Amino acid sequence: MATLLKSEKLEVSEEQHIVTVRQAVRRMSVEIKLSLVDQTKIITAASELARNLLIYGGGGEVVLELLREGVRQGVRVHFADEGPGIENIELALRDGYTSGGGMGLGLGGAKRLVNEFDLVSAPGKGTHITITRWK
Amino acid sequence: MDRIPILTMGHFLLVTIQVDMHDQLALTLQDDLTNKITSTLAKGVLIDISSLEIVDSFIGRMLGNISSMARVLGAGSVVVGMQPAVAITLVELGLSLTGVYTALDVEKGMQLLRRQIDADFYHLTTDGNFVEI
Ligand SMILES: Nc1ncnc2c1ncn2[C@@H]1O[C@H](COP(=O)(O)OP(=O)(O)OP(=O)(O)O)[C@@H](O)[C@H]1O
Ligand SMILES: [Mg+2]
Repeated sequence: MATLLKSEKLEVSEEQHIVTVRQAVRRMSVEIKLSLVDQTKIITAASELARNLLIYGGGGEVVLELLREGVRQGVRVHFADEGPGIENIELALRDGYTSGGGMGLGLGGAKRLVNEFDLVSAPGKGTHITITRWK
Repeated sequence: MDRIPILTMGHFLLVTIQVDMHDQLALTLQDDLTNKITSTLAKGVLIDISSLEIVDSFIGRMLGNISSMARVLGAGSVVVGMQPAVAITLVELGLSLTGVYTALDVEKGMQLLRRQIDADFYHLTTDGNFVEI
């Protein structure tokens, strides 16, 4: 079981907040001394998910956690919105699928960039995504 | 409103992105560059992203748009200085930056721009000479 060492909650309701999320994820990644590549990966994943949360979810909450599990430490980020939810998760994760004007890379790409990716969503139930990168 | 400055150097426009750009700032830069290519009749655009710590799908799309727009307006373009960690992450994200020219640093980027421009203005003849067209 992972022990929670620290957590931080951020509101995402406007575009500037995507930058705030990126910077907070960077701080925690540096704190556990993730390699530069791993830092870049989780920050990029968080940026994609924060933007989706704002654009499709109508805004929501981002919670960052610094974890310890045995000898390893990790950064975990939760994204929660109470927007319309995702009807077809498999389709949404597919590269190139977008319901908007994007490239359809955010969701599938974010999943590839982290060690753990958990997505819970249903129409009318909002979207909850958790990503974790371990050191 | 804040914007990223665009420097003019001869026929070229130079942009150094030094901040963690929010999306609107990226869109403004895209518009500003398009206007400036038109108003200055610039032949090339060089974008230095060596201080950028991440390139996500939004910024990637902006870089792609700038290069397409430059091309349509008859200018070359090159993105220089992408950090290795950023490049690795981009590939895993699935962003291919198709059509975007990249170079290691400003100097190599300028060389590439000059070559792009030469290719537009000169035509290589069968005997290996360039003629102006
Ligand atoms: N939080 C969310 N709430 C509702 N729908 C979502 C949410 N996140 C993603 N989606 C749906 O999943 C699709 C795919 O998302 P993804 O991030 O992969 O692509 P995109 O945002 O459309 O484009 P890109 O991220 O490449 O700019 C979206 O177009 C949207 O329909
Ligand atoms: Mg997206």
